[in-house]
Amino acid sequence: MVQITSPAFKANAARALGDAGLQKALGKAKGAFLQRRAEAVARLPEFEQLRDIGRDIKNHTLANLDVYLEIFAANVERAGGKVHWCSTAEEAREAVLEICRKAGARTVTKGKSMISEEIAVNDHLEKHGIVPVETDLGEYIIQLRGEHPSHIIAPAFHLNREDWEADFRRLHTDLDPDRVFHERRDILAEARTKLRERFLAADVGITGANFLIAETGSSVIVTNEGNGDLTQTLPRVHIALASIEKVVPTLEDACALLRLLARSATGQDFSVYTTFSTGARRPADLDGPEEYHVVLIDNGRSNMIGSEFQEMLRCIRCAACMNHCPVYGVTGGHAYGWVYPGPMGSVLTPSLVGVDKAGHLPNASTFCGKCESVCPVKIPLPKLMRHWREREFERHLTPAAVRSNLAIWAWFAKRPGMYRAATRLAVGALSLLARGRGAFSSLPLAGGWTAGRDLPAPEGGTFMARYAQMKRRG
Amino acid sequence: MSKEQILSAIRRGLKRGPLPADQRAMIEGRLATHPRHLIPARSRVPRPEQVALFVRNVEKEFGSVARLADLRDVPGAIADYLAQQNLPSRFVLAPHEELTGLPWSDKPMLEFEARRAQGTDAVSVQHGFAAVAETGTLMLPSDPRRPTTLNILAETEIVVLRASRIVGAYEEAWDLLRDGRTEGFMPRNVMLVTGPSRSADIEQTLELGAHGPRRLHILLVDDEPAALPPA
Repeated sequence: MVQITSPAFKANAARALGDAGLQKALGKAKGAFLQRRAEAVARLPEFEQLRDIGRDIKNHTLANLDVYLEIFAANVERAGGKVHWCSTAEEAREAVLEICRKAGARTVTKGKSMISEEIAVNDHLEKHGIVPVETDLGEYIIQLRGEHPSHIIAPAFHLNREDWEADFRRLHTDLDPDRVFHERRDILAEARTKLRERFLAADVGITGANFLIAETGSSVIVTNEGNGDLTQTLPRVHIALASIEKVVPTLEDACALLRLLARSATGQDFSVYTTFSTGARRPADLDGPEEYHVVLIDNGRSNMIGSEFQEMLRCIRCAACMNHCPVYGVTGGHAYGWVYPGPMGSVLTPSLVGVDKAGHLPNASTFCGKCESVCPVKIPLPKLMRHWREREFERHLTPAAVRSNLAIWAWFAKRPGMYRAATRLAVGALSLLARGRGAFSSLPLAGGWTAGRDLPAPEGGTFMARYAQMKRRG
Repeated sequence: MSKEQILSAIRRGLKRGPLPADQRAMIEGRLATHPRHLIPARSRVPRPEQVALFVRNVEKEFGSVARLADLRDVPGAIADYLAQQNLPSRFVLAPHEELTGLPWSDKPMLEFEARRAQGTDAVSVQHGFAAVAETGTLMLPSDPRRPTTLNILAETEIVVLRASRIVGAYEEAWDLLRDGRTEGFMPRNVMLVTGPSRSADIEQTLELGAHGPRRLHILLVDDEPAALPPA
């Protein structure tokens, strides 16, 4: 099970800020993502219209989710596949184990899948003597290191080239210890060779799914490396893991969303491999798996339907929100403490593991709104984070000091005359105190603020005083 | 039963029971007609420009294209390409009659077997079903004549594609595959391939040749006079 360290977000974040290697990796990676996305969007004048279309397709599907899931499942079975409906992570792990056991599996190759992290299927297989092998390059090194992904599409976002070289030397002990990695491509070539043996030997291949198509009963994966295709084509059995909100009605609906996905994610116009799997090998086919299973997972999502968090289920996991987030940009993904980091994680994690454990996450936002402005399906992420803050407050999970200060503020806020008088006093006192300095590096009663940053000193009257002055001037 | 549990939880959230028959019929109508959404203007251009857009996009994505006047030129073009790239003249060929029936004896140094690919194959020659100009994307559906392994196992993949099979948008390629059918038309596997395999997992820096082909070369056969570049 992925241990949840979200309750320790503040400590995690402080540690991340002090980690020089992590800060170097984050600094390098972030700019590349932002620039590539901006360029891809600029190349497609219809991008903004497509965002509205993407939102509407997902809303329509969610409003009829029961129907589309039933139709999807019926079409999988018609094409010779099998659907396993799982309410919980435990059921999903068991379903996967059962399929692997029946197949007599010893090793299982895996394509990149966040739902697989969520249900922690690797640990479960290992516990029962089956070896899972991650084959996405980033996931591969993460598995070698015994870590979890720090980003939903770039799992090794937090690593530098030196880390890769050191880990490969440490773990590929059958190779010459004095070999030289001249270029990044030498690292890639070594992984390719190592994993090729695994692809050819595996008994079962497990992938995720970017989309499920109701019309055809297909699962769709989107990759650049080709590892997902080797995973789902070579072994005798293919298992696709998918959460229930991945379904869309038709191939045309998938096309509209695919036009948004790669551009928002990596800034490519289209990913290298977009592959639609439908059922098992057909009678005259020369290759392909003999069994095709879809493990359909709820794990808390059906509870979000009809709640104020339903819009989160539109998410297509592109990672644009975290790539553009100032908080993710300095803490990295591990600080968030569970599977999904960044703004989408700050909304989804409390929904799936509980706000009591993940309450810090919706608070770790500057509300700058960048995430919502880049979301390809227009999820109002700041609004949803605010809903979690409200829930946290209602459930008395907010610390007592914060609650009492909020109560004092609320008393004044409801009495505009008092509020203005009080702010006039405070501003006057602060600018007197500041005298000559632009900001406070420490201030009595405001240690919580000034421990991490300076408090800017007021430079004149209150906003209301200035507003009145400007109005008088016309 | 988890299926019922999940479906009833969804219905509870949606504040309704099973969808009434008339609304269900609307959903089924939408599936049967599978309406298109907005199609970007970039591919709504005359045929020669569409084909040129396809070629440009393939090259932007690090693939390469050679244009041939006739399908019978394929063996010579393969021999030339393999020699240029310093590759062995042995390959695995898609068992498609359009390829197996070519005049291979013109190029006796080429050795091939028509079958699925194995881990040891260095070069594969696939039969292209269709392609999409919008992003330079090949549509490679599986069937007994087009094994999927040819797209993923070899370091070099060569795809033979007729220019008449290049369409503007993805939706038009799906229509070729649907061929008028509303169900049962999906092969086991359909790969949309845009350029050779790559990874940016090491420091978010692009490197070609991850697990799939390192090189993707397209032999584009100009079988459509109206799609030819202006003279």
